[in-house]
Amino acid sequence: MIHILAFYLFATLVVCSGALTILSRNPVHSVLWLIMAFFNAAGLMVLLGAEFIAMLLVIVYVGAVAVLFLFVVMMLDIDFAELRAGFVDYLPFGMLIALVLLAEIVLGIGIWSAGPIELAQRAAPMNPEMSNIQAIGTLLYTRYIFLFEAAGIVLLVAMIGAIVLTHRARGGVRGQNIARQNRRRPQDAVRNVNQPVGQGVQL
Amino acid sequence: MIGLQHYMVVSAILFVMGVLGIFINRKNVIIILMAIELILLSVNINLVAFSAFLGDLVGQVFSMFVLTVAAGEAAIGLAILVIYFRGRGTIAVDDVNRMKG
Repeated sequence: MIHILAFYLFATLVVCSGALTILSRNPVHSVLWLIMAFFNAAGLMVLLGAEFIAMLLVIVYVGAVAVLFLFVVMMLDIDFAELRAGFVDYLPFGMLIALVLLAEIVLGIGIWSAGPIELAQRAAPMNPEMSNIQAIGTLLYTRYIFLFEAAGIVLLVAMIGAIVLTHRARGGVRGQNIARQNRRRPQDAVRNVNQPVGQGVQL
Repeated sequence: MIGLQHYMVVSAILFVMGVLGIFINRKNVIIILMAIELILLSVNINLVAFSAFLGDLVGQVFSMFVLTVAAGEAAIGLAILVIYFRGRGTIAVDDVNRMKG
């Protein structure tokens, strides 16, 4: 009973938050609704018994991606009212596309449920003795180790790409050039002068 | 009892909502990026639901990879957005024609 109640609560909230994400006037509110949607999707995944993915969703999406969105939305000085023009013009066409897509997906689900597909073999059957995180770790660090490292490379490329794209060399800034500092010798920089008394200094 | 179909319906609604968000917020690229995140979230729900109901862990492993790609995509997309805004002073994407593509 509590399971059914929790499912409907999370499902309703995730759908409502998704709708408000795309319909909000203010993009900051959009980001906050997106965070709400992520939390409720994490709740759905806890109900499914995938605790690790749920916690990952909260950490990665809410802790990193949504905060990144929030930073960008708040840092850029944008006239959002101007960007919203044409919202009503696009609405009928968008609804049409969305309804067609939804009908297709519902048809697909219907066909799938009409004939249950029994897989002869599980690729990685769940072990009831292991906890979820232990089972995922065992699988991830053995069979999918190369895929795991490829995911790491994807993140590395994304990080370097983001830094290279947004980094700018500002003019008029005197930075430290260590090679030039080390190259400099005393005989180039210091001059001993036997200064006669009563005469000006020649610089 | 809550079955696989329930989760599939939730994920389908969320997916369609993401597509709708791309269509109706055609000028605001930040909302478009958020709609893409919604689509990837719905895909994750689908993967995890199938993984749970078929008793197969591979779905959860792949949902982790989807998460990785989503994070990278958001970072790169927002970086492009920031440099575009720095150059143009606006983020209206309906007049992006600098590369004359």
